Amino acid sequence: MNLDSKTPAGPLADKWNNHKAKLRLVNPANRRKYHVIVVGSGLAGSAAAASFAEMGYEVSCFCYQDSPRRAHSIAAQGGINAAKNYQNDGDSVRRLFQDTIKGGDYRAREANVYRLAQVSTSIIDQCVAQGVPFAREYGGLLANRSFGGAQVSRTFYARGQTGQQLLIGAYSALSRQIGLGTVKMYTRHEMLDLVLVDGKAKGIVTRDLVTGAVESWSSDVVVVCTGGYGNVFYLSTNAQGCNVTATFRAHRRGAGFANPCYTQIHPTCIPVHGEDQSKLTLMSESLRNDGRVWVPKNKVDCAKPASEVPEEARDYFLERKYPSYGNLAPRDIASRAAKEVCDEGRGVGQLVDGKRLGVYLDFSAAIKRLGEAEVRARYGNLFDMYENITGENAYKQPMRIFPAVHYTMGGLWVDYNLQSNIPGLFVGGEANFSDHGANRLGASALMQGLADGYFVLPYTVTDYLAGEKSGSRPSNDAPEFKAVVKDVNDRVAKLLSINGTKSPRYYHKALGKITWEKCGMARDKAGLEGAIRDLQALREDFWKNVKVVGSGDALAPELERAGRVADFLDFGIMMCLDALTREESCGGHFRTEFQDAGEAKRDDAQYAHAAVWEWTGEGQLPARHVEPLVYEETQLSTRSYK
Amino acid sequence: MVESHAKETTLALKLRVWRQRRGQPGAFEEHALAAVPTSASFLEMMDMLNEQLIKAGKDTFAFDHDCREGICGMCSMTINGMPHGPIPGVTTCQLHMRNFRDGETITVEPWRARAFPVLKDLAVDRSGFDKVIQSGGFITVRTGSAPEANNIPVPKPIADEAMDAAECIGCGACVASCKNGSAMLFVGAKINHLNILPQGQAERDRRTLAMVKTMDEAGFGNCTNYGECQAHCPKSITLDVIAKLNRDYLRARVKEFFSSTGKPSKGGD
Repeated sequence: MNLDSKTPAGPLADKWNNHKAKLRLVNPANRRKYHVIVVGSGLAGSAAAASFAEMGYEVSCFCYQDSPRRAHSIAAQGGINAAKNYQNDGDSVRRLFQDTIKGGDYRAREANVYRLAQVSTSIIDQCVAQGVPFAREYGGLLANRSFGGAQVSRTFYARGQTGQQLLIGAYSALSRQIGLGTVKMYTRHEMLDLVLVDGKAKGIVTRDLVTGAVESWSSDVVVVCTGGYGNVFYLSTNAQGCNVTATFRAHRRGAGFANPCYTQIHPTCIPVHGEDQSKLTLMSESLRNDGRVWVPKNKVDCAKPASEVPEEARDYFLERKYPSYGNLAPRDIASRAAKEVCDEGRGVGQLVDGKRLGVYLDFSAAIKRLGEAEVRARYGNLFDMYENITGENAYKQPMRIFPAVHYTMGGLWVDYNLQSNIPGLFVGGEANFSDHGANRLGASALMQGLADGYFVLPYTVTDYLAGEKSGSRPSNDAPEFKAVVKDVNDRVAKLLSINGTKSPRYYHKALGKITWEKCGMARDKAGLEGAIRDLQALREDFWKNVKVVGSGDALAPELERAGRVADFLDFGIMMCLDALTREESCGGHFRTEFQDAGEAKRDDAQYAHAAVWEWTGEGQLPARHVEPLVYEETQLSTRSYK
Repeated sequence: MVESHAKETTLALKLRVWRQRRGQPGAFEEHALAAVPTSASFLEMMDMLNEQLIKAGKDTFAFDHDCREGICGMCSMTINGMPHGPIPGVTTCQLHMRNFRDGETITVEPWRARAFPVLKDLAVDRSGFDKVIQSGGFITVRTGSAPEANNIPVPKPIADEAMDAAECIGCGACVASCKNGSAMLFVGAKINHLNILPQGQAERDRRTLAMVKTMDEAGFGNCTNYGECQAHCPKSITLDVIAKLNRDYLRARVKEFFSSTGKPSKGGD
């Protein structure tokens, strides 16, 4: 597998500009002769599709939702980072770069991260011009706030709906092009496979979710921006439809999948309430600024209401374990500490599956100190959201929180140009692996999606197209396309014909139970080996006993879910294998065997590399390759929050 | 102090759910569903119903849903005659079963509007909304051509007002609740978001005229001030956006009438 990162030579600060100056161009009159396919319409996909169309390419964009405006980028609450230094507090491109690479626990590619920090400022300009209603100061200029992992205020925000507003900005740019006829938008279409001709990506096969029609689309280049794979855990903060199918199908056609074990757990989510739960809801981490996290010291108190547990019987475990950071310990550390106390049987809340998985986040001290009005002013919307979901009033009794899967840093391997190892297959946003290493800082996901879509892919895809003869793309009925259409049709027919006894959701839940317990917040060798065996057995059972109701010629949500779960089963095995073979702890990947009293213990000598997995065939374990991570200007250091 | 999480109760429900295939007439089906936890969301209750149907070998009810946290705008059920159900200011996915009673009969329908044809069961085609945005719901700015962000000061009250309007999630409850099937709350929200910002002035008139024209062509009705849209909007967008839409539309038409070319292309003020 060719894993040449194509990182340009020269000092870090000059790499992108030097590289851009060397990238080839396509004459404006020739651009309309190239057909660009963009899959996914979140921040990266919408931004890329709109930008390509403005440049003059013929663009087709596909999404599974009923409108491009609904992609899950919309759910991001907190904000977007940019090195504008409007606050005059010492921010710079280099600082943003350093924070991001450190936040990623030194497992990201240095040159990509530096470029991300560089283009961050242009993103804010672009979004403001589009009419994104960022928060403002009374003078009319942009406001900022601080966010985890940074000592400067560089986060731009639009109430608690920054993702929504940025996506609507990108959606409006995309919509303008759709109206002009330069982008053909295919909603309710799911990419089910990638078509290669002579080793290059030349198109995709989709299923029209409304009519069931399986169709192929020929293009000169394919850009996949289909998000992350958090739903491999069944319960996550992802949308219900988020899936790994597009990237995993590309993987099966030869694209390397990098670092699947890097998943991010967010500490402040509303706990699981019951067996029928479908989704976890995140609350802003800012709650930890004033809330105190505790559980009872004694198991016998766990079933009692919080008010009946006296002060001396409460264990403020974050304050106890991490006295200098206390309740503000970083995401991964706070998450693991909560898991530990619940594993000890000291969790609170409803019994779900025989366990209480929750810890208190208590505002009574803050209410005493600041008054209820001030707490309401700071967190009122979050308290309302909590009450709407749980039916509990957090002014009167402590909130209950528990960590949940939130973001996935792994993704398809890409080089500096965001091109996978398959020529002509580019990958943007959460779907690629490139910028966040083993852990992502808050307010960096939106930045990366838009950086890729607006300011990286338009340059690098153009360079690729300049090397492809215009008008040379294969016809849609070339044998390569027919063969892949047949594969897709066969698979759909197979799923519909098994007619077993268990629903796709049954398998999804079973999958999530295994991955969450064995490959979630803490992992170990025995657990991961067991998980791989369990997942292989579950996969075998799935293909014998799944029952998919509905028909192939109409909206069939069960068929959609079954196809996605089937890919998640294969993917889950790869994720566990990646976690098993990375014998160190770093960022969101915590192996209990490799720790310094609870702190992740990296092994830079052995594992300062991206692990890239190659598909080796149905039922086979994938093969591991590595891209060494070369740090030219960064000193690797150890995080400590004690 | 009342601490409610200790007691978890369940409901037995009778559900009347709309069943329809695309292009064919539909009808209600009745199903009984037992042991629905009050902590479940409405969509989780629908998941339970669908799992029960799969066990019986029957087709599930198709419905639109995605983020399940009230922001994507995909979920769209008319519950007991009310788009997004009986609780104000929430989407269907944010509605919880504790708001229903044991033994209750719940009627579940799709959005009912001429401009939103049914695709299957509870899922409808809302592409009319996208068409309206495609015709003018944007500020023309090519990637890379934006000026430095702080070169465009926006007074905070204006930014806040634009943000109020921009909260619209495009779910279509306004259309579904309106006797006229009017989309004017949706269009008004977008017009208010973009037309009051300094960045939106250049295209203010042509945006307004184009969006209203497309809205009419897409089969949406007109506003006659019933106010149902405001009552059912999960983001609490208020009727004044429609008044402002009407004002901007009148302004653009008058300017168009008195312009030498008869076209609104001269832009804003």
